[in-house]
Amino acid sequence: MLKDITIGQYFPGDSIIHRLDPRFKIVITLIYILMLFAGDSIICLGVGAVFTLFAIILSKIPLKMFLKSIKPLLPFLVLTAVFNLVFVKSGEVIFEWKFIEITDEAVSISIFMFVRIILLIMGSSLLTYTTSPITLTDAIERLLSPLKKLKLPVHELAMMMSIALRFIPTLIEETEKIMSAQKARGAEIDSGSFMTRARNMVAILVPLFISSFRRADELATAMECRCYRGGEGRTRLRQLRSAPRDYIALAVSLVFYGVNIAVGIIVK
Amino acid sequence: MENIIEIKNLCFSYPADEDETPVQVLNNISLEIKEGEFMAVLGHNGSGKSTLAKHINGILLPTSGTVTVDGISTADEEKIFDLRCRAGMVFQNPDNQIVSSVVEEDVAFALENLGVPYEEMRKRVDDALKDVNMYEYRNHSPAQLSGGQKQRIAIAGIIAMKPKCIILDEPTAMLDPQGRKEVMSVIKRMNREYGITIVLITHYMDEAAQCNRVVVMDKGNIILDDTPKAVFSHVEQVKAIGLDVPQATELAWELRKAGYDIPQGIITEDECAEAIKRLFERE
Amino acid sequence: MAILETQELTYIYSEGSPFQKTAVDNVNLKIDEGEMVGVMGHTGSGKSTLIQHFNGLLKPTSGRVLLDGEDIWADKKKIRDVRFKVGLVFQYPEYQIFEETVYKDIAFGPKNMGLDEAEIKRRILETAHDLGLKEELLERSPFELSGGQKRRVAIAGVMAMNPRVLILDEPTAGLDPAGRDKILGHIKKYHERTKNTILIVSHSMEDIAGFADRILVMNKSKLFCYDETEKVFARAEEISKIGLDVPQVTKVFMKLKEQGLDFGKDVYTVEYAKKLLLKKLSERGGV
Repeated sequence: MLKDITIGQYFPGDSIIHRLDPRFKIVITLIYILMLFAGDSIICLGVGAVFTLFAIILSKIPLKMFLKSIKPLLPFLVLTAVFNLVFVKSGEVIFEWKFIEITDEAVSISIFMFVRIILLIMGSSLLTYTTSPITLTDAIERLLSPLKKLKLPVHELAMMMSIALRFIPTLIEETEKIMSAQKARGAEIDSGSFMTRARNMVAILVPLFISSFRRADELATAMECRCYRGGEGRTRLRQLRSAPRDYIALAVSLVFYGVNIAVGIIVK
Repeated sequence: MENIIEIKNLCFSYPADEDETPVQVLNNISLEIKEGEFMAVLGHNGSGKSTLAKHINGILLPTSGTVTVDGISTADEEKIFDLRCRAGMVFQNPDNQIVSSVVEEDVAFALENLGVPYEEMRKRVDDALKDVNMYEYRNHSPAQLSGGQKQRIAIAGIIAMKPKCIILDEPTAMLDPQGRKEVMSVIKRMNREYGITIVLITHYMDEAAQCNRVVVMDKGNIILDDTPKAVFSHVEQVKAIGLDVPQATELAWELRKAGYDIPQGIITEDECAEAIKRLFERE
Repeated sequence: MAILETQELTYIYSEGSPFQKTAVDNVNLKIDEGEMVGVMGHTGSGKSTLIQHFNGLLKPTSGRVLLDGEDIWADKKKIRDVRFKVGLVFQYPEYQIFEETVYKDIAFGPKNMGLDEAEIKRRILETAHDLGLKEELLERSPFELSGGQKRRVAIAGVMAMNPRVLILDEPTAGLDPAGRDKILGHIKKYHERTKNTILIVSHSMEDIAGFADRILVMNKSKLFCYDETEKVFARAEEISKIGLDVPQVTKVFMKLKEQGLDFGKDVYTVEYAKKLLLKKLSERGGV
């Protein structure tokens, strides 16, 4: 069922990671990504892996959930690894079969890339798993607010995002209803020829668009009635307050970042 | 009591295409609503009742005539936000007026727009949620709520603005009987406890029967304006414009038509049962 | 002969997940051909889930649904035929309209059945007539019509498939009294012409009371009762206890009974109440 899709994959919880200020979480995630791409030795990745594992344990979200987030991307990852194996030609050849030559460097590069991307996915999943989409939107708006001076519509973009998030469940429910209604009129949605199916998609999309426009129109009026006039002078119920733990978390991640760079230099 | 809403000679027609004559939706309407009144506007679809409602907080502006709320004209662009704080509006479809994915943030929406400081906002949001008995749901997503609960959230969002009057445009039309009861009881309490003026647009006669005053509209005109008892005593007229009267009223009217002595103005089942009992006792 | 029958029908939502919920719990009922049935129950009582089993939109978790004595899920490939035999009109059906003209929108169902053009046309004219849609409306865009007209177009779209059982989920929701009476009147007319079985879901007993032969009440996922209209209204007190509204006129007679004035009959329409009272009053001697 469509309803089972959870957008943003948020897992409500009360761990220290959940409670971190979302602005700090975003910044730390960015630092983490930089860290993964800065070092190019296996040891650097090791430091990254320790950091990830440490954060996952603190989040109290089962490791299984993170492995699940990798699963859909696995074919892509394997393919990249195979390409690296076959096409990297530098280093000593350690395996040869017909026209395929595999070098020691190819092996290390493919493992390296493989692990790096996995760590990247796990790290960013941690952000979305522990932060509700609406909080995330809010934090992005505030982090980007200096850009308002450059006339970038930061508030408007954030408002659009949060309204979109609000209406996703409503529209999913509506789509299901329309699908059932058309099925009851004999529309074939999961079977039949391509042409009939395409035609039947029209029977679902047209009503869905019409109702979305109607909703948008009514919502706009309702917002006007509640004195909405853009981002100027708005105050917020959701207060983002940074606590000492946020600075500690930031410091810890900076230390990891430092260690990572140091290791990189020493190894060289 | 002071008049909170004054409507004078209000006419309204939607702008028409070149070759069409504009349709007059509201036809020279004058209406005064006193502070603290609980008024229903009854009418069938297309009678102009929703159009009238949208004039009260300036979503629509009169083609001619004036509408003032608490002394502010709806045409005064400078004061439009003042006006909208004083006259809040709740709409029919609960889904299409909730902005946020978190209940308490939705209730806070108007206050955020008005720039109310955090401490006060927090208090007003909590109070409004308690007023509609939805405080324990403050961290829920609206998607998990029933229609009646969503509508109560919408009302809380308006109450948080501390309005002097609330206009509700068929707030129960999409709800089940349970949801309708919840919403009606909240509206009645707001009127009773805080003296908020209520303008309830509806086509349910049982809701209108709970008000102090009923205005009946037909084809852009006000045709009846009186207490519920008096309005429903015009059974034939009300039925002729496609509205219902309460079944108790209808039964009493049928009996009176047949020549039995039954008093006018029966709207509740108690009154009706009482009158019938008396009829049998007398014989 | 029963046209629709359920045997130990049970449906569980999201089985195995933390959100697991039994929406329909062991329901056994038989609906006879040609009957007009009112379906009642408050939101979450399981009535919507139940009716979606009748045309195979939902598949029972356990138990069976029989149409003409045959299990509708016996051959999965034939489920589409079941949908033509059991038509379902959803709540607010006007939101499923999508074609450019009223005619084409009503034709969607009959076309999916594979009928020829002449037959489709015949059926559209017939149902348009039943629903009081004038012929000149058929070439108009459905989106220009009034709310009540749109709803009738959507209902026509299912009626034109000429299903042996027609199920309508709250066909009067959101309409004003005049719109409501109009739609109910048209459905009644269709029933008289076709003699097809009709199920109407409604929150309002006052709506159903006037013309249902039988009433089915769902409560907390279970079949609360399924019986002739009078017999169901005889249980008005129980029904109001499970949170459903009984007609105001029934309440008047409940009050009278409490006060010792028992007419020995169950009253649920104003028309009947008037007749009954006038008869009793004249028996007691004149005006």
